[in-house]
Amino acid sequence: MNLWLLAANSIAFGGLLFLLSAGFALIFGLMRIPNLTHGSLFMLGAYFGVSLISWGVGFWLAALAGGVGVAVLGGLIERLLLRRLPGAELAQVLVTLGLSFMIADACLMQWGGDPISIETPAALRGASRVAGVAFPTYRLGVIVIAVAFAVVLWAMLERTRLGAMIRAGVDDPMMARAVGIRVPLLFTLVFCLGSGLAGFAGVIGGPILSVYPGLDQDMLPLALVVVILGGSGSLVGAFVGSFVVGVLYNFGQALLPELAYVVLFLPMLVVLVVRPAGLFGRSSP
Amino acid sequence: MAPRVGRRTFAKRVGAAALAAALPMPAIAEDKPIKIGLLTVKTGPLAQGGIQMEQGTNLFLKHRGHKLAGRKAELVVGDTGGNPAGTKTKAQELIERDHVDFIVGPLAAFELLAISDYVAQHKCPILSLAAAEDMTQRKPNPYFVRASGTSAQAMHPLADYAAKELKYKSVITVTEDFAFGYEQMGGFQRVFEDAGGKLAKKLWPPIVTPDYTPYLAQLSGVDAVVSGFAGSNPLKFMKQYKDQGLTLPIIAGSVAMDDALLKSFGDEAVGTISCSGYTADLDTPSNKKFVEGMVADYGNIPGIYAAGLYMSGMVAEAALEKTGGKTDDKEAFIAAMRGVSLTDTPRGPFHFDHLGNVIGNAFIRRCERKDGKLVNTTIKTYKDVGQFWTFDEKWFLAQPVYSRDYPPLKG
Amino acid sequence: MRRLAALGSLLLALGLLASLPAWIGNSYYVNIASQVLLYAVFALGLNVIVGYAGLVSLGHAGLFGIAAYSGAILITAGYGHFVAIAGALVVTLGVAALFAVLALRGTGLGFVMITVALGQIVWGVAYRWISLTNGDNGVSITSRPAPFGLSLVDANPFYWATLVVFLVAVAAIAIFVASPFGASLRGTRDQPRRMNALGYNVWLIRFLAFLFSGLWSGVAGLLFLYYNQFVSPQTVALTASAEVLLMVISGGTATLLGPIAGALLVVIMKNVASGYIERWNFVLGAIFVAIVIFMPEGLVPGSLRLWRWATRRRRQHPAGPAAMAPVPHGSINGGAQ
Repeated sequence: MNLWLLAANSIAFGGLLFLLSAGFALIFGLMRIPNLTHGSLFMLGAYFGVSLISWGVGFWLAALAGGVGVAVLGGLIERLLLRRLPGAELAQVLVTLGLSFMIADACLMQWGGDPISIETPAALRGASRVAGVAFPTYRLGVIVIAVAFAVVLWAMLERTRLGAMIRAGVDDPMMARAVGIRVPLLFTLVFCLGSGLAGFAGVIGGPILSVYPGLDQDMLPLALVVVILGGSGSLVGAFVGSFVVGVLYNFGQALLPELAYVVLFLPMLVVLVVRPAGLFGRSSP
Repeated sequence: MAPRVGRRTFAKRVGAAALAAALPMPAIAEDKPIKIGLLTVKTGPLAQGGIQMEQGTNLFLKHRGHKLAGRKAELVVGDTGGNPAGTKTKAQELIERDHVDFIVGPLAAFELLAISDYVAQHKCPILSLAAAEDMTQRKPNPYFVRASGTSAQAMHPLADYAAKELKYKSVITVTEDFAFGYEQMGGFQRVFEDAGGKLAKKLWPPIVTPDYTPYLAQLSGVDAVVSGFAGSNPLKFMKQYKDQGLTLPIIAGSVAMDDALLKSFGDEAVGTISCSGYTADLDTPSNKKFVEGMVADYGNIPGIYAAGLYMSGMVAEAALEKTGGKTDDKEAFIAAMRGVSLTDTPRGPFHFDHLGNVIGNAFIRRCERKDGKLVNTTIKTYKDVGQFWTFDEKWFLAQPVYSRDYPPLKG
Repeated sequence: MRRLAALGSLLLALGLLASLPAWIGNSYYVNIASQVLLYAVFALGLNVIVGYAGLVSLGHAGLFGIAAYSGAILITAGYGHFVAIAGALVVTLGVAALFAVLALRGTGLGFVMITVALGQIVWGVAYRWISLTNGDNGVSITSRPAPFGLSLVDANPFYWATLVVFLVAVAAIAIFVASPFGASLRGTRDQPRRMNALGYNVWLIRFLAFLFSGLWSGVAGLLFLYYNQFVSPQTVALTASAEVLLMVISGGTATLLGPIAGALLVVIMKNVASGYIERWNFVLGAIFVAIVIFMPEGLVPGSLRLWRWATRRRRQHPAGPAAMAPVPHGSINGGAQ
C-alpha cells in the first residue's frame, strides 16, 4: 500500500471536489437554495466541453466556455424559475429535481449512452515524480487550479464592492434594497457564478472522470457531503470540507474496504448530529 | 407389443400434425404476427448497453425483413429504467397486456433475477444476456436461454491463457463490488489457481467510484492486474491507471474491453488482453453482415450487448422454424430453442447445454491500434467453451456459487 | 344537503375503486392500479412528516426498504406471513425511532441532510451486508399471504387487499390530522417557538409524527414486497427517496388527496406512459417544472384553486385583473424555520 500516494491524492481529489462543490456552497450559503441540479450542471459542462473539443477548441478554452455556457443556463433557471420561489424549499426541490431529470435525458439524447473520454491536455499528460512518488501531472494542475479559484473567489467575496453587496444582500435583503442595491440582480449573478463553476469543474474533471450518463447522480451526493462537512454557507468551509472528504475517501476506501459505502456518509451523519450547522457554518440553520 | 397398431397410430398422428400444419397455420401466419418483447434500458446510467441491445434486435429483424419462420414479427419494447421493480412492471406489460410470444432481455442480472420466477410462472420463454450464474446452474429457470454466457464463462479461458501462455504466476483482481464482479473473479481464481497461479489480492471498488486511486495504490508486486469492470467504469479505470504511471499488464473480462467501448478508449487500452464470447473481428459471413449492418445503421462497431441480442434473435428464429412458426406450446417452443444448434453466427458455431446456457467459442484478443483505430485482434480461440469449463458438472454444481468470499483467498 | 352530497361522492368513489378491476379488464392495468395504491400509501405516510410537520425527509425509502427487507428475510427464514409482517413493522418502527432521534437534531435543511445520510447508510448496508441481504442480487420470495384463506396470487384479489390497506391508511391519516394531536403537529410546523412557550413538547410531537410516518412507509414497503415478490438495494436508493418526495410535493403537501395524485402521476408516467413516450423521463421532469410554474402549491390544491376561480367567475362575472387566479406566493413552504 502506497500511503504517500494516498496522501498526495487526498489533496488532488480534494481540489477537484472543491471545484465541484464551490458553486453549490455559494448558492446554498448565500441564497439558501438546495440546488439539486448541481450534479446535472457539472455533467452538462463536461458534455459541452466534449463537443467544443471535438470542434477543435483547445482544452482550457473549452473549460472556460463550458463554464460560461452552463452559467448562462443557470442564470435562466434562476430568473425564470427559482426567482418565483423565494424561501419555498419544497418547490425548489421539485423544480431542481425536475430540471435534473430533463437535463439527464436531454444529454442522453444529444450525446448518446457511451462514455466519452476527455483527453488530458498534452502538457500535463503522464506522471511526475514528487518526492519520490509517481503522481499524475494533470492532478497537480487540478490542485493549482483549485487553490487559485479558492483565492479568487474568496477575494471577490471579501475584498470587492461586489462581494460586499452580495454579503449585504444575503444578510439583510430589505436593508440592502433600501440602500439601493439591486438584490435580484445580485442573486442572478450568484446563481450564474455557482452554475458556471459547476460547468467548468465538469470539463476539468473530464480527463479524470470521463463523461457518461449517471455522472450527475454520482457527483451530487459528493457535493452534499463536502458542503455539510465543511459547513453550509461558507466558501472557506467548502474548501476545508473538500480536503476532509479527499482524505476520508482515499484512506477510507483503501484501508477500510468493508466500510467503503459509508466512509463518507457516516462522518457526515456524525457531524450533522453533533453540530447540525456544520463545522464552519453560521449558527443559524 | 402391437407394432401394427403402433404404426397406425403413429401414421394417424403424423397425418393430424401434417393437417394441423397445413390448414390452420397459413391462416395464423397471415393474421397473427409473432410478438417479441424486448426488455431493455433506455434511460439512466445503464442506457449505454440497453441502447445497443435495442440496436442489435432491430438490426436482426431488419435483416430478416421482419419475418420469422414465415410469420410477421412484431417488436414491443419495454424500458425498465434499469431497476428491478421497473423490470417487473414492464415484464407484466409485455406478458399480460401485449401477450408476447417470448421475451429478449433484460440487461442486468438484478433485473433478470427480479422477474425470473414471474416469467417461469407464465411459461414465457426468455432469452437474456444477463450473466447471473445460478440462472443456469443451481436455481435453473426452465424457460431461460442464454446465448452470451455466464459471468465466469469467458474468465475461465482467460485464466487458463494467463497461466499457461502468458506465464503469469501472480495477479491482483479488481472489479466492481457486485455479483457480476464476484462471479467473474471467482471463475478466474479457480482456473488460475488450478494452473498453479496465485491471487495476491481481490479488490472490490464500489460501482460508483469516481477516483480509483485508493485501489491503484494497492496494485504492485504481481505479474499482472485482472480487470472485470463494466459499463462506463473500464474507461475511467484504464485512464486513471495509465495516468498514475502504472505499467503492469492488464488482462480483462469481456465487457471490460467490449468492442463497442473501444471508440471511447485512448492509447491506455493498447496491449490489453481480454477474453469474450463475442469478438467483432471474427471472420464468419453472418458476423460480417452483422458488423457491417451495425456500422451502416448506427455508426458503431458492435460489442457483446448488440451481438447477444442479434444471436438471441437467431436462436428464436431457428426454434420457430423447427416448430413450424408455432409458439402456443410453450414447452415445445422452449425445448426447440434449447435444441438449437447453429453453425454460422456472429460468434461462430454454438449450441446449448441442458440448462439452457450456451456452449460456444471464447476469443482471446489483444487490443491494437490499426489505421488509427483501436481494435481487438483475436490471438487464440478456445473452442466449445461451456459454463462448467473443463470441470465436472456435478462437482461444479455441488460447490457454492462464485461470490465475494468464494473461492476464498489462499494464505 | 351538503353533507349528503359529500357522502354520496365518497360512496361513489369507493364504488368506483372497488369495482375497478371489473371495468379495467386487463390484469396488467389492475396491477398498475395496485402500484398506484401502494405508492399512495407510501406518499401519504411521508406527507405526515413533510406536509404536517414541515420536516422534509429524503431518507424515507430507507424505512420503506427496511420493512420490505425484514419481511423478505423473515419469510425466507421460514416464518409465516403474520410473523413476517409483524416483525417487519416492529423493526421498521425501531429504525424509524432511531432515524427520528438523529434527524430531529436538525431542522430545515439540517433535517434533510441527516435523512439523506441515513438513507445512504441503509443503502450501503443493503448493498454490502451480503450474508443478510444477498447484495445487489436482492431477495426473492415465492409466496403472497392468503388472509382468511383468500389467495392473493392473482391481480384482482391483490388489488382489493391493497385497496383495503390503502383505505385504512387514508382513514387513519385523516383521523390523525383532524385530531388534537394533528393540530398541535401543525402548530409545531407553523409556530414552533410559540408551541414551546405554550408548554407543548415540540420534540416529542415531531418524534411521534415521525414514527407514524415511518409506520405507513413500512406498510407500503410490505405491499411493495408482496407486489414485486422481490427487494434489492435499489429499493432503498436516494433516487427512490426523491421519487416519493416528488409525489408528495407535486400532488400537494399537507393535503389528503395530494400524495395520492402525485403517486398516480409518477406511477403512470413511469410505467404506462413510458411505453408510448420514449423520452418519458424528460417529460416527467418537465411536468414537475410546469407544476411549479402553474400550481406551485401542488396539483390538488392548485386544481381546486383554479376550479373555485372558474366557478366564481361564472357566477359573478367579475372583470379586470382581480379575476386572475392568484398564485399564492411561496405557498409550498418548507416551513421548517
